[in-house]
Amino acid sequence: MLPLTLEKLGFSAGGREIIRSINCEIAAGTRTVILGPNGAGKSVLMRLCHGLLTPTTGRVAWRVDGPSLARRRARGQAMVFQRPVLLRRSAIANVIYALKLAGMSPTECRLRAEDVLEAVGLSTMAERPARTLSGGEQQRLALARAWALGPEVLFLDEPTANLDPNSTRDIEQIICAIHASGTKIIMSTHSLGQARRLGDEVFFLSEGRLAERASVDVFFKQPQSQDAVSFLRGELP
Amino acid sequence: MNDISAALVEALRLISSADAQLAQIVWLSVRVSVSAVVIATVIALPLGALLAITRFPGRQTLIALLNALMGLPPVVVGLLIYLLLSRAGPLGEFGLLFTPTAMVIAQAVLITPIIAALSRQVIEDAWREYEEQLHSLGADTMACAQTLLWDTRFALIIVVLAGFGRAAAEVGAVMIVGGNIDGVTRVMTTAIALETSKGDLPLALGLGVLLVLLIIGANLLAHGVKLAAQRYQG
Repeated sequence: MLPLTLEKLGFSAGGREIIRSINCEIAAGTRTVILGPNGAGKSVLMRLCHGLLTPTTGRVAWRVDGPSLARRRARGQAMVFQRPVLLRRSAIANVIYALKLAGMSPTECRLRAEDVLEAVGLSTMAERPARTLSGGEQQRLALARAWALGPEVLFLDEPTANLDPNSTRDIEQIICAIHASGTKIIMSTHSLGQARRLGDEVFFLSEGRLAERASVDVFFKQPQSQDAVSFLRGELP
Repeated sequence: MNDISAALVEALRLISSADAQLAQIVWLSVRVSVSAVVIATVIALPLGALLAITRFPGRQTLIALLNALMGLPPVVVGLLIYLLLSRAGPLGEFGLLFTPTAMVIAQAVLITPIIAALSRQVIEDAWREYEEQLHSLGADTMACAQTLLWDTRFALIIVVLAGFGRAAAEVGAVMIVGGNIDGVTRVMTTAIALETSKGDLPLALGLGVLLVLLIIGANLLAHGVKLAAQRYQG
């Protein structure tokens, strides 16, 4: 379903322009990091790409148009949010829930869910109620649930914004593993360190515009746009 | 004061001796109110869930109307159902007037809006948290409604109980459609009204004590279940 093409993509809400005429193509394979200050429109851009929001102008086009939006979304893409939204049932039941919605048979669901919990290190907590897990464990579970779907594209909206350094490291390792298993990663962050560690290419957003697009090396060594230069200069030690 | 204490002693004697007349009245009350709650819940919870998650023109008006229906005057509901079920009414041929079934219908009509309106609020609050995640996973409207009903189950227990309390305490509507016929449609509330006007205070008070105990007991039980389950599920 990649590349993903954005054509004159715009989004306004409450009389405010949040995304302004973004044109670009997002290719398969690389880890794309959407970087920018708070309020730049990172989260909104990802929700537009994922189909949770409808563009005010322009369009989001995937290469292949599947049977229906809902089915295509269930198969091809998944998203993990800043604050994990877990259902009031056990950890493994949360994963099985997503797989069942995607149309997998009950026995397959169970096996797949066990595998993926193992992969994120939650095997021993499979039967624990999801909402009693710690913040870091909850986010790992949210990643496991998304990973289980075997998406071609995984959107991550500041997945470590609420987590401590240890949990952040766990999450970053899992993201790398998901990427290694062949999933395209599109992730937003305002952490420059995380962008350096996880990104292959950077999309720099400023006030709803795509101010700059470059490989991680180039972006951090020779930023082209004035906005990116001042954003990088504001980095804390 | 003496009257009250004398009546209370007699009431406790009636309760402890499991008086047959008393037992019959209590049993009918429980049967009618529980049936009404079951019917109302089956209709109202899906209605509340759909109203919480769908968007259509006139939705806000419908919600305001539903909220207003929570305050339906029981005697008016009783009167309307009386007219529907009476011999000359559109449903007269079923001969339901002055039967326990008529009382179940009246109570169900009264509490369906209560359960629907309160569950709509509970589910809509949860929906704000769940909406993006469920859409992201590709859930359609029916799947979303089912998921939300299950995930708000602890809060919904309290909603259903509010309906049960209202049904069990109701007197105006069941009096009109049931007729308070001894041994057939006499429930606790109508019996209390009758015995009080007749001056048989011990029986009235005994029934009153039982009615209050029944409602408190049901609430305590549900609250215990809710607490235990919540502690387990987080």
